[in-house]
Amino acid sequence: MDVQPPPLDPAATMESQQTLSAEIAAIHQQHRDAVAAGETPETQPRRNFPPYRSSLLRHPTKSLHHADPETIELVSPAFGERDVHPLEADLTIQHDGEPIGERIVVAGRVLDGDGRPVRNQLVEVWQANAAGRYVHKRDQHPAPIDPNFTGVGRVITGDDGEYRFTTIKPAPYPWKNHHNAWRPAHIHFSLFGTEFTQRIVTQMYFPGDPLFDLDPIYQSITDQRARDRLVAVYDHSLTSHEWATGYRWDIVLTGGDRTWTEDDAEAEEH
Amino acid sequence: MSSHHESTRAADDQLVPTPGQTVGPFFGYALPYAQDGELLAPGHPRSIRLYGTVTDGAGQTLPDAMIEIWQPDEHGRVPRETGSLVRDGYTFTGFGRTGVDDAGRYTFTTVDPGATEPGKAPFIAVAVFARGLMNHLHTRVYLPEDAAALAADPLLSSLEPDRRETLIGVREPDGALRFDIRLQGEGETVFLAFPHHHDPDDAASPGQSPHGRAGTGDAGAQ
Ligand SMILES: [Fe+2]
Repeated sequence: MDVQPPPLDPAATMESQQTLSAEIAAIHQQHRDAVAAGETPETQPRRNFPPYRSSLLRHPTKSLHHADPETIELVSPAFGERDVHPLEADLTIQHDGEPIGERIVVAGRVLDGDGRPVRNQLVEVWQANAAGRYVHKRDQHPAPIDPNFTGVGRVITGDDGEYRFTTIKPAPYPWKNHHNAWRPAHIHFSLFGTEFTQRIVTQMYFPGDPLFDLDPIYQSITDQRARDRLVAVYDHSLTSHEWATGYRWDIVLTGGDRTWTEDDAEAEEH
Repeated sequence: MSSHHESTRAADDQLVPTPGQTVGPFFGYALPYAQDGELLAPGHPRSIRLYGTVTDGAGQTLPDAMIEIWQPDEHGRVPRETGSLVRDGYTFTGFGRTGVDDAGRYTFTTVDPGATEPGKAPFIAVAVFARGLMNHLHTRVYLPEDAAALAADPLLSSLEPDRRETLIGVREPDGALRFDIRLQGEGETVFLAFPHHHDPDDAASPGQSPHGRAGTGDAGAQ
């Protein structure tokens, strides 16, 4: 692309996107080869994913130890109306004025591995504003803070496992993994299931983002079908007349069987 | 539900779980809340302090980790009360969350958990989140006192002695329980996989060596 670099680039010695993309491509090729040879496609990100440089010293090097969950782990903390006010689901009404940006609704269902709705559980979200800036004090991206947008929401799921937020579409933002690194637009999600073992923190993305291929965080999930599970779909039935566009994203938590079986162990070991 | 989950039922007819992603660097204004680490008010006669650090493969303390705990009360009862996010000062909800402080230390005020069943080794369930940690990690902190219960614990007895030690809290003279979490390298904490997690970082997963490569340096702030 024909874009002028900033006049002074302190990051000139950083690694290039090309280097990073080549590393990502090599890992993905390895995964495709393994699947072609009969391995099960991966469904979760790799904690050991060198293109995400911060993971180098922060991933365990020993295999996770298989454990059967005990009593406390088979239950989740209980959340309810004492914890979350219904208005916390609308991120556009937390200040005196209207936030700048594209108003959107993000809605979906939280399900367990058996397809059962996860009811009365906590969903938390946080995100950058329409300029790609977080309110967080460590975010130094020179993009404007919106005084009318904090970017934090909470909701308790309904009887059908449903959740719904009204917010502003976040923008991509730069980060320091490598030179000219940009994150695809995303909303951070934190969820609880019916068991503590089902806890998940993840990120929801928007369809067709041109930054997907370049992003080591998104690409730490080596399988395309698994990556697709983090991308919301545009849903015109969630779009409201002269008000907001709608995106649908369902979340599936782990769970179902509660003990390791021979089959499980085999699936994990090969 | 949308079709992309429907079309990806696994062989055992389970829906395929949504992948996790790192909590990133900017959760600090979103996930913490007032008294998030105070399951009991500090100074309460029943309270103990649970604290420690989280270190990386270079032995450096993480300045941006977040820890969650979930536990029974001192009688081994699993709390079912809501109110973890808006503490009322007397209800024990069993859940706490805290970011590490500027010195890299996390601190909870809580109670020693009781055994959920007679003879069981009491422990606190722990989840670890951080920038650079692509998916959170589960572990446990066991109370050090009941040697017989610890010896009979199915998880602990399946571990080598040096690995086993990483899951047992250290009792300090003032009653505090110290639990340091080492993400990588010497004294690496035992982290847990539960059924159906299908974690690619698990043993010898496709296309990956069972012992990941250790890094040489951190990419710095993101
Ligand atoms: Fe982010």
